[in-house]
Amino acid sequence: MENRKVISAIVENKPGVLARVAGMFSGRSFNIDSLSVAPTMNPDLSQMTIVTHGNEAVFEQIIKQLRKLINISKVQDLTRGDYVDRELVLVKVKATSVKRGEALRIVEIFRARIVDVATDNLTIEVTGSQGKIEAMLELLSSLGILEVVRTGTVAIPRGRKVSRTGDTGD
Amino acid sequence: MKISGASILLRSLKEEGVDTIFGYPGGAVIDIFDTLARDFSQDFKFILVRHEQAAVHAADGYARATGKPGVCLVTSGPGGTNTVTGLATAYMDSIPVLVFTGQVPTQLIGNDAFQEADIVGITRPCTKHNYLVSRTEELAKTIKEGFLIATTGRPGPVLIDLPKDVVQNKVKFDYPKTIEIPTYRPNVKAHPPSVKRAAELIRLAERPVIYAGGGVITSGAHEELFKFASTLNFPVTSTLMGLGCFPATHPLFLGMLGMHGTFRANMAIDRTDLLLAIGARFDDRVTGRVEEFAKDAKIIHIDIDPTSIQKNIVVEVPIVCDAKDGLSKLIDELKIEGRSAEADDRLKEWHSQLTAWRNQQRLRFDRTSEIIKPQFVIEKLYEMTKGQAIITTEVGQNQMWAAQYYLFDHPRTFLTSGGLGTMGYGFPAAIGAQVAFPGKTVIDIAGDGSIQMNIQELATVVQYKLPVKIAILNNGYLGMVRQWQERFYDKVYSHTDITVAPDFVKLAEAYGAVGLRATKSSEVEKVIEKALETSGPVIIDFIVDRDEGVYPMVPAGAPIKEMILV
Ligand SMILES: Cc1ncc(C[n+]2csc(CCOP(=O)(O)OP(=O)(O)O)c2C)c(N)n1
Repeated sequence: MENRKVISAIVENKPGVLARVAGMFSGRSFNIDSLSVAPTMNPDLSQMTIVTHGNEAVFEQIIKQLRKLINISKVQDLTRGDYVDRELVLVKVKATSVKRGEALRIVEIFRARIVDVATDNLTIEVTGSQGKIEAMLELLSSLGILEVVRTGTVAIPRGRKVSRTGDTGD
Repeated sequence: MKISGASILLRSLKEEGVDTIFGYPGGAVIDIFDTLARDFSQDFKFILVRHEQAAVHAADGYARATGKPGVCLVTSGPGGTNTVTGLATAYMDSIPVLVFTGQVPTQLIGNDAFQEADIVGITRPCTKHNYLVSRTEELAKTIKEGFLIATTGRPGPVLIDLPKDVVQNKVKFDYPKTIEIPTYRPNVKAHPPSVKRAAELIRLAERPVIYAGGGVITSGAHEELFKFASTLNFPVTSTLMGLGCFPATHPLFLGMLGMHGTFRANMAIDRTDLLLAIGARFDDRVTGRVEEFAKDAKIIHIDIDPTSIQKNIVVEVPIVCDAKDGLSKLIDELKIEGRSAEADDRLKEWHSQLTAWRNQQRLRFDRTSEIIKPQFVIEKLYEMTKGQAIITTEVGQNQMWAAQYYLFDHPRTFLTSGGLGTMGYGFPAAIGAQVAFPGKTVIDIAGDGSIQMNIQELATVVQYKLPVKIAILNNGYLGMVRQWQERFYDKVYSHTDITVAPDFVKLAEAYGAVGLRATKSSEVEKVIEKALETSGPVIIDFIVDRDEGVYPMVPAGAPIKEMILV
């Protein structure tokens, strides 16, 4: 069975680390659905959120292979527990005067925002879980989507658990 | 006092106990070579190879033969790219090698400068780790880290790229005594509950087999393995990489397993009820069709690399640890002191089955043939060196016959490219082994194809008076590929005939080495004797039966009990 998996990795903030991670995925033909990287509060470390899918055996390999990379400090499978994941998406949709009302309604339902307006199109900003994003995109597609730009997922464990920076092991 | 990056490099190598460097000069490393000649000529034996690929293989051979890391120094650009095959070879076989490459000055990096190559980018997937040193201040620490990473956990090659200005700049030298890499902590100690579970299975086994791999040699666990197997009376099979980890002449040794394994080893795997895999990784050349591999067995898997576990096969008891630690803990847990009558009784039937398999189908070839059989050459080499030589191999049939017919009783005496299967490995690896052990007999068992891939190293062995012997099993073919074509491709011998070749005797002589030839079986002993008596390097050109094949053979992807026999 193929499942969506969300991995949080704390990596050293050094040149080439992203290439090591990306190269490991491509070299072993693992899937990357999305990957986002940004600094953490500790300037020596960065946080990666990787979304992938595969069966359990493949996923076990992905986690182990990530841990094996020298510059990786901590790897966590967020999908094993409760987590919150969000993605920010910018969507440019056709919005001629006839359709504009419908676009605005969708924006409201999804608590999205309009960040740019032109005579015949609108740019909408939305954040949410993958489910919400997919649902909104589906609705918007009836208006005609001109362009979509997505950040990829970022995720954090729920409750008291933290993906501490600077820790090793799992 | 401030010293240059070049001096820092060489002093750091001394601190690490390095006494031998294999390499090749060039513009980006000219400062290092200059410092080497001026200030360090008494500290290092430098072996100038004739191709950088050979430098890495030689360092790799040195490492395999000694257990110490091998060190290379090459220039930027083509010097670095020429090391790639060597690195990939060492990486696949988990060999500690450090490769230092020159690089263009930091301010030129990215400018497509003369002899610039992104060697860190190129070698990322074929090194355990690699570095571009951007400041001289970081050099000593990086070298310390590099040695730690290369030699610990599951060892592997590390490349350190040195821009020319980093080598030239002067800073204070302070070599760290120890170093911590917080993100790198290999797990070497066995988890006691797993050891307990393994011991329970071991106590109950009726048809046990130990499947030992290169990890036993790497961790120096051969004595523990011997104690474990001989006191429990457990039979042992080994991978190509594991040969020598258990004495091949011991009655408990079943021979190698896998594609060209012995009938008895492969049958034992098929029927075993308890497989103890140690320092092995269930490679496809070992398992054949993986679903059928040891299908009746509970499997215990000891390996230091967590990624090796549950990768190709599902195992009952995984133990992530160093093989030596795992085996010692198992020995303690089982309280093995001597053989027990009860255990002997339990295994009696299994041992008689193993004997029956051996008698049913031994490794064999036509011993009466006047045309030289390649297996005969190896048997003679074994006899005449009393099994005490260090053997390296090229890749192909020569490699498999060497594995089958030379009996390795000691670890670190069989050096072969197992994982990558690199033709051209054997000769430079023999150079590395010979440099480490000048007094030992070192023989490269070669094919006429492979030997031509690093033949230029004849100049190196002549220059440094390294008495390496090269035994070419000359069949005029890329024999192993030809064998596959014969078996599986309707005898369409597409581009595997290499009868257009140099006269290897004259070639040896042209380089200043000795060349000998044997064309019939009766000459084999004589030329080997002559070669072993010769104090310098020798090529022996054995003109062997062109059509001989390596058997048993398990077709790729078939269950390993389905062997083609002859
Ligand atoms: C560098 C490299 N290229 C190609 C191969 C594929 N290959 C495997 S065995 C073999 C034939 C080797 O021929 P030879 O060295 O004459 O040895 P033989 O099999 O005849 O003993 C080839 C081409 C390889 N292993 N390595």
